[in-house]
Amino acid sequence: MKAFLRGYLRSPPAMIGLLLLLAIVAMAISADWLFPRDPLALAGRPLQWPQGNPRFPLGTDNSGRDIAAQIFHGARISLLIGVVATAIAILVGIVVGALAGYHGGWVDDALMRLTEAFQTLPNFLLLLVLVAVFGSDLSTVTIAIGAVSWPAPARLTRAEFLTLRNREFVQACRTLGMSDARIIFREILPNALPPIIVYASVVMAVAILLESALAFLRLSDPNVASWGNLIGLGRDVLRVQWYVSAIPGLAILLTVLAVSLVGQGLNDALNPRLRKR
Amino acid sequence: MSPVLAIQGLTVALPAGADRPHALDRVSLDLNAGEILCVVGESGSGKSMTAGAVMRLLPPGVAITGGSVIFEGQDLATADEATMRHLRGARIAMVFQEPMTALNPLRRIGDQIGEMFRIHTALSATEIAARVLDLLAEVHIPEPAQAARAYPHELSGGQRQRAMIAMALALDPKVLIADEPTTALDVTTQAQILHLIKDLQRRKGTAVLFITHDFGVVAEIADRVAVMQHGMVVEEGPAAQVLNAPRHEYTRSLIAAVPPLTARAPRPVSAEPILVMRDVRKTYRTGGFLGRGGRVTHAVRGVTLTLPKGATLGIVGESGSGKSTLARCLVRLIEPEGGSVSLGGLELTGLTRAQMRRQAHRIQMVFQDPYGSLNPRRRAGELVAQGPMIHGTPRAEALRRAKELFELVGLDPASTERFPHEFSGGQRQRIGLARALALEPEVLVADEPVSALDVSVQAQVLRLLAELRERLGLSLVFITHDLRVAAQVCDLVAVMKDGEVVEHGPVARVFEAPEHPYTQALLASVPGRDFARKN
Amino acid sequence: MRVLALAGRRLLSSVPTLLLILVGIFLLLQLAPGDAVDALIAQTGGGADAASAAAMRAEMGLDLSVPAQLANYMWRLVRLDLGFSSIYGKPVSTVIFERLPATLLLMLAALSFAFFFGLVLGVLAARRVNGWPDTLISTLGLIFYATPSFWFGLMAIVLFSVHLQWLPAGGFEEIGSGFTGLRRTLDIATHLVLPTLTLGLIFLAIYLRIMRASMLEVLSLDFVRTARAKGLDETRVVVRHVLRNALLPMVTLIGLQAGTMLGGSVVVESVFSLPGLGRLAYESVVQRDLNTLLGIVFVSALLVICVNFVVDLLYARLDPRITP
Repeated sequence: MKAFLRGYLRSPPAMIGLLLLLAIVAMAISADWLFPRDPLALAGRPLQWPQGNPRFPLGTDNSGRDIAAQIFHGARISLLIGVVATAIAILVGIVVGALAGYHGGWVDDALMRLTEAFQTLPNFLLLLVLVAVFGSDLSTVTIAIGAVSWPAPARLTRAEFLTLRNREFVQACRTLGMSDARIIFREILPNALPPIIVYASVVMAVAILLESALAFLRLSDPNVASWGNLIGLGRDVLRVQWYVSAIPGLAILLTVLAVSLVGQGLNDALNPRLRKR
Repeated sequence: MSPVLAIQGLTVALPAGADRPHALDRVSLDLNAGEILCVVGESGSGKSMTAGAVMRLLPPGVAITGGSVIFEGQDLATADEATMRHLRGARIAMVFQEPMTALNPLRRIGDQIGEMFRIHTALSATEIAARVLDLLAEVHIPEPAQAARAYPHELSGGQRQRAMIAMALALDPKVLIADEPTTALDVTTQAQILHLIKDLQRRKGTAVLFITHDFGVVAEIADRVAVMQHGMVVEEGPAAQVLNAPRHEYTRSLIAAVPPLTARAPRPVSAEPILVMRDVRKTYRTGGFLGRGGRVTHAVRGVTLTLPKGATLGIVGESGSGKSTLARCLVRLIEPEGGSVSLGGLELTGLTRAQMRRQAHRIQMVFQDPYGSLNPRRRAGELVAQGPMIHGTPRAEALRRAKELFELVGLDPASTERFPHEFSGGQRQRIGLARALALEPEVLVADEPVSALDVSVQAQVLRLLAELRERLGLSLVFITHDLRVAAQVCDLVAVMKDGEVVEHGPVARVFEAPEHPYTQALLASVPGRDFARKN
Repeated sequence: MRVLALAGRRLLSSVPTLLLILVGIFLLLQLAPGDAVDALIAQTGGGADAASAAAMRAEMGLDLSVPAQLANYMWRLVRLDLGFSSIYGKPVSTVIFERLPATLLLMLAALSFAFFFGLVLGVLAARRVNGWPDTLISTLGLIFYATPSFWFGLMAIVLFSVHLQWLPAGGFEEIGSGFTGLRRTLDIATHLVLPTLTLGLIFLAIYLRIMRASMLEVLSLDFVRTARAKGLDETRVVVRHVLRNALLPMVTLIGLQAGTMLGGSVVVESVFSLPGLGRLAYESVVQRDLNTLLGIVFVSALLVICVNFVVDLLYARLDPRITP
């Protein structure tokens, strides 16, 4: 654990990612204090450029709403959707992958067919179908994103289990008379977990991007301050007031970058051999 | 006579943070024309690093910091990269341990051998093709034309190594460096490859630097021997002298640790059987779709054997003989397809999985890989206590018992709190043994328990096993590919080939007067067997 | 022969996958509020009584049991009958096939762009691992990966179309220009530059990262040491021994990413107003034209299966170890 922390803290990109992520979390937490008013309420004259009016450091959008307020409140939505959708995807992925990889045979066949079915469908298209059928409030969108993101973690978990189940320490547990459930969750899973945790950062990055794309198309929840919503709105005034789209886009970029950097830092710290190369 | 290759005071530094500062510490060796110099040592002795340093193919971060390597009037330790490229392959060639990974999997054998000519000569494509076929014939590959068109995975391990040798000898190099070239091969294949190397070396007058950990191989092939330990050459001399009258303490201990091929004096064997295998069968089906085109491998076909109470039954064979599958069938890690296994009158094969779990404590297994057989995330004491805890022993009691077991297998009872990676390979094998013994099994199945260990550690673990067997009255099934080990440990031995037992009986009888031609071939292939017998 | 047998087997094994998708889609459709008749009635202004609605349901087989409807649905799909789009007033299959070429062209262009530059940059980074080119390339990769494609597209429009006026801001070709032949090809190409970059950017990031990792992995393998021991120089070691081995994971990735890329085209086609499948999907969601949407999902699944078939063929050609 100590070696892991030291490995992580010694890498500059990983530290930049961590600081960036902490800053975004701080934005999300402080949004209610710094911008107590509804971020979607009219705040002033529309389309004021950033730095033009000291009340609106990032300017106002085409409906006269404060962009800075929307950015701070939007951090909440992005992080919330990212974390919850990732948790759903990873949990489902671990269960499916562990069962398939450990048991093999027909269980594996059936579960892998299901996973393949999900991977064959373009995930964004499936997301559109889910939103079209179930509506587009925040919780539906979050669950839908989780539901289209589990196949990759499932495959990864399965691959880990496939190699680990043939390792001699697992065979030793079986010869001791240990039950399957205990072998799966107490013996194999802790060994399979590090790459899955690293992969969670990829899932989270993709989840944030998926939500913003959905919001950009105005198919996500219109009643929350989402960065994607704002970009979609700014598209109408793109030719002149391009900053309305540019600012929330940068916010998404930095958030996804932070998550990726942290993921990479975790990976390097967990596999010190690879970092040296 | 001046040496072909003269290594003088060669020092190679390891990167900061390694377990010692130097991989090689002032190593001096002379390789003369037309001789085979064996460099022997255990893992970490620096023997492979010597080969890497001569070729200047060292891992990143490892560098030559002193000394010289004189070859054809040049110092290779300081030569530039372009000079080295001209020498590599053409003047000094190399053969590696693992022929499967040492060949590019995506290119044909002939293409890869031909590359030698394309790099170093101006021969035309047709000439190269002809030379490749000659080379393949020279290393006695059956059907050279077919082998040249094959991809590495389509050849057997022995054929791949022959192809590697053909490639290395393509340009008649002055020096051939062979880095454990037979370690990954079965014993009969190993004998053929050793013979081939010796034969080619005699005919071509190549000087061979042969790196190995196996004194049997040394006895078989060496003209001169250098023994390495901790990056230093501790003893050097003619083979006969080093093998028969070693001067250095370390050499003596290494040679003493090599188990002799002659069986020990027979122990009395009980008439009461404890484990009976009747017609055990297991087939694997691979590939194929909807039942078509699949390949069927008969891993175990109808094995019938009996283990008497308190005895040790050795199962010996080469890779693919089915011995490991059989071992796993005994503990039901693999479900046998037919036949029966009965333990003290209890039919194991008829039990459901849940019933088998409850009977698991009566038959336990020790595994081969000291690194893979312990869960890296559990403390050593917990690993040993796990078994009894599953079968109902309270945790505190099981952990206390684990400390006793640590003492029994010769480990410090205080080390139960440590994690597996803090132990050496031999110590881990002792933990594995303690784990199996914790359940007080009637039968212990040991699958190549000492194969991954250095010879001196191997001797210690074998001694421990013999001692425990006497003390606890264990009945043992001992799987091994190493006939010397089998000779030392077993009372009875069964020789397996292609899933069948071709011969079995008391070990002294089988080893002194083998009846089946395969057993005879196997025994004849053991490297350095004359040395081993008189040892 | 080996290659064909292998790919054929894989194609056969995707049949159950496709069935699973179809059943899944059908069940999703059952969950959706309202059916095709409701949609039709809403479309015509809602002026139909219960009796005629029931008659319409009977005519369309919507009064049957769920399994019977499923069987009907499957049978229609087998004949590539995807139903009728009330919004476009045409059979869904016609609508889809009108839109397919633009999407295929965009995907092919983006894939080629991402694969080629991902390969080159990945190799460059791996050759200078931990040096400044590696740091630069890896950092760019991370940034590209984190960039939302639609936002990149918008910013590219602002820069290249609005300010610099180098490239068109949208559309597939100049409408009403009457260009033909080479002139038309060129026109379409200029229209596709920005969409290709936009769609390909994230894949470029993924490919370059995989290629770099794969190169480093292969460079550490034993046969590379053999190649060096033969006296090959570093360039030839890479070209003759490393590259082809390192390409294998890249090829696998094409198949895995085909679906993601198709999904990405929804956003990109919306940004650049391209008349493709993705934009059609978006429009049918907005207009609640579920028939068309499900048709698109079906065709996309077929497309992904086809791409994977081709990838399998390619992989089997590259790797002789694969056996059917």
